[in-house]
Amino acid sequence: MDKPFVVPAQPDSVCQPPSTLDFLVDRSFRAMSRAGVILILALVVALVFEIGHKAIPGFQKYGLDMLTGTVWDVNQQKFGILPAIWGTLYSALIALLIGGFFGISMAIFLTQDFLPARLAAVFRTIVELLAAIPSVVYGLWGIFVVIPAIRPLTDWLNGAFGWMPFFSTTLSGPGLLPASLVLAIMILPTIAAVSQDALRSVPMKTKQAAYGMGTTHWEAILKVMVPSAATGIFGALVLGLGRALGETMALAMLVGNSNQISLSLFAPANTLAALLALNFPEAGPSEIEVLMYAALVLMFITLVVNVIGSLIMAYAQRGARK
Amino acid sequence: MSATMQQVAPTITPAKVVMDCKLDKIFYGDFLAVRDSHVPIEKNKITGFIGPSGCGKSTVLRSLNRMNDLVEGFRFDGHVHFLGQDVYGKGVDPVVVRRYIGMVFQQPNPFSMSIMDNVAFGLRLNRYKGDIGDRVKAALQGAALWDEVKDKLKVSGLALSGGQQQRLCIARAIATEPEVLLMDEPCSALDPIATRRVEELMVELKKDYTIALVTHNMQQATRVADTTAFFSVDISQGTRTGYLVEMGPTSQIFDNPREKLTKDYISGQFS
Amino acid sequence: MSNTSSLSTAVPSLQRKLEGRALRSILLSTLVWVSALVASVPLFSVLYMLITRGGARLNLEAFTELPPAGFEMGGGFGNALVGTFFMVGIAAAIAIPIGILAAIFLAELGPSSRLANTARFAAKTLTGLPSILAGVFAYAMVVLTTGTYSAPAGGVALAVLMLPIVVLTAEEAMKMVPKIMKDAAYGMGCTQSQVVWKVVLPTGMPAILTGVMLAVARAAGETAPLLFTALFSNYWIFHEGQLEVMSPTASLAVLIYNFSGMPFDNQLELAWAASLVLVMIVLVVNVVSRIVGKPKF
Repeated sequence: MDKPFVVPAQPDSVCQPPSTLDFLVDRSFRAMSRAGVILILALVVALVFEIGHKAIPGFQKYGLDMLTGTVWDVNQQKFGILPAIWGTLYSALIALLIGGFFGISMAIFLTQDFLPARLAAVFRTIVELLAAIPSVVYGLWGIFVVIPAIRPLTDWLNGAFGWMPFFSTTLSGPGLLPASLVLAIMILPTIAAVSQDALRSVPMKTKQAAYGMGTTHWEAILKVMVPSAATGIFGALVLGLGRALGETMALAMLVGNSNQISLSLFAPANTLAALLALNFPEAGPSEIEVLMYAALVLMFITLVVNVIGSLIMAYAQRGARK
Repeated sequence: MSATMQQVAPTITPAKVVMDCKLDKIFYGDFLAVRDSHVPIEKNKITGFIGPSGCGKSTVLRSLNRMNDLVEGFRFDGHVHFLGQDVYGKGVDPVVVRRYIGMVFQQPNPFSMSIMDNVAFGLRLNRYKGDIGDRVKAALQGAALWDEVKDKLKVSGLALSGGQQQRLCIARAIATEPEVLLMDEPCSALDPIATRRVEELMVELKKDYTIALVTHNMQQATRVADTTAFFSVDISQGTRTGYLVEMGPTSQIFDNPREKLTKDYISGQFS
Repeated sequence: MSNTSSLSTAVPSLQRKLEGRALRSILLSTLVWVSALVASVPLFSVLYMLITRGGARLNLEAFTELPPAGFEMGGGFGNALVGTFFMVGIAAAIAIPIGILAAIFLAELGPSSRLANTARFAAKTLTGLPSILAGVFAYAMVVLTTGTYSAPAGGVALAVLMLPIVVLTAEEAMKMVPKIMKDAAYGMGCTQSQVVWKVVLPTGMPAILTGVMLAVARAAGETAPLLFTALFSNYWIFHEGQLEVMSPTASLAVLIYNFSGMPFDNQLELAWAASLVLVMIVLVVNVVSRIVGKPKF
């Protein structure tokens, strides 16, 4: 290793080489810092290993049948998570459609010169506050505000369009739609924030070129700005989807926890996260094996979506830098 | 065709050389940035490095205190003799080397702390056991900044004007009385008035310090440098490689240069 | 000699006309305004409910009493409030040091090394981890090994959620410290650790604190990780003269969840009150993080 630069001792010189203590501290601090990084990697490995490892007994007993089974009955030892997978994907999709629309709209609203800076800051704060509200509070609000509020609409839709599979049942309380609506509100901040970044990184030259050609405000936005930011906005949607897939509490409180597969927006449903939240606390050892398996499935789905989202964002940022 | 090693100017006394840089090659990765330059730095003199952009003068300066080690792919072939050893010798720790050499950068870069803490930084780093307040005052006086800041030592260094910040950086560098003070274009970010003050300061400082100065402004060299080293760019091999063309007393370099290239640069034929 | 009368082509009017393009523009702008306002409604609705229903039930009793059972009146969430602070404290004690140390490596010591790139990717992936899986992990690692539900188990689960936030925001904070400032420190002969301790950390501290506080606010509001790690408790953590750490611990979030499903008005009102307190804590921490986060350079 490096030896200290040996200097002829000059008694009244202020300059001193670092002391042995300094070097020791330097070495150990750098080692600790490296340890911190290794710990993060170890955490990810441990996460996958622990859940995977504990899922093996469940997988061995039920195999891939659990992925296609539709019955969850502890007493009969029948465990099927297809309804949960269905509910997870369906609710996330609807949340993405609604949250995506409002989120991108908000991003355009905040970045395309619709507001003076002060007002824009107000709306930006509103979006940040929406993100700060805990999931369980959204669940509580969903039960007592959203469900009663949408019931008239859902009854009307069921009455008028009941022949469509989407509106084929009545909303008795918790169900897919209220859950998806609240979920949409929860992923809106993510989509809005990432889309804002994407729109802001469109180079000034592009913006000026568009306006310089005499486009109207909206032509510039829809034909130039949004397409330039398309990759980033797409990444925002994927990240929003990832968040929606992993969201637990609001769904556990609003989705109805019913293991059925239905296209109806008003029917109660279930999601993987809600399934875990509801069954884990009271589960016996045999059920836990199965729940670990379900946890593994959830981890896999969210991991894949989040990794794809990160890769898209990395690709978008590299494109913006060119 | 190989270039000849630059001959040392006859007026430099070997006994008075504080730092002797004998450079064969400097690489950044595969790129040969500088070659074949012998630059002795004399005690209590200001040695100026001048030359067109890309000639490697800053690179050479930063090699003296191993600052280039922070750059990926940097490699130095040669010797820098300082305090009886080779700075690039085997087993030498650059951190130790830098304790004995002060550096002032192109952009004023005070720390985000009070003026007092900025100047005391080096003293505390070197575990100075004496009166820090006295030393700080002496350094600020040496940097011609004391009168302006003596009542606001607790104010953040970043609150000063550009010229004042640079003088603060000089005070910070001289507080520990380093053997050599390296200055990398210290005035290029300053307005003319601030520049003049720093130049006057440099002439005062050389009574107590040895200074190596890089400047892109020829006239600055004529104003402050005792010895001048002129670097230029060699494109004969297909790449831009810097090298020392000529070195000598400033008056000789500017009035009576030996090399034609020097003469062309001085007269403004290229820059 | 000007000859304007000989112009054969008509000069186009530069005035606006309310036709196709302009009309579409107005409609779209209205749409965007309306959707921004619609998107803001939930926030105000939530705050309104919290203040009216939660505020009504908020009194000293709520902060100092234990949770009421089924048909009881009165009671409070005092132990849940303490429990939340306690477990978030444990989580912070784990996540903050490790997070900052790791961030130092990512920002300063080895920014482009393979180890750093892999760890950065791992941290980014962890930010997307469903919070319930953090709970499952802590269940497997702590509850199963210690044989009991406990506050530390909850703390570990929350730490897993806090860690990526702390690492990534601290790294960004340190990367914002100007390179020339670090050059000055290296130039004076600082070891790498000295550059970090004396220059990078102090200068980047405001932004690091912001990141830490955001992580804390997030952890305080989480429910799922606590459901089967700390469970819930109707007792104080300081119980019969002993600090009962290795047993189920109450938290505001779990209380809200439990009470929201109960058919008793008293519990529901308490759930709203607890929600108000929880949201207040989260908002205050958010606001403070913004004030603290003013950069020093």
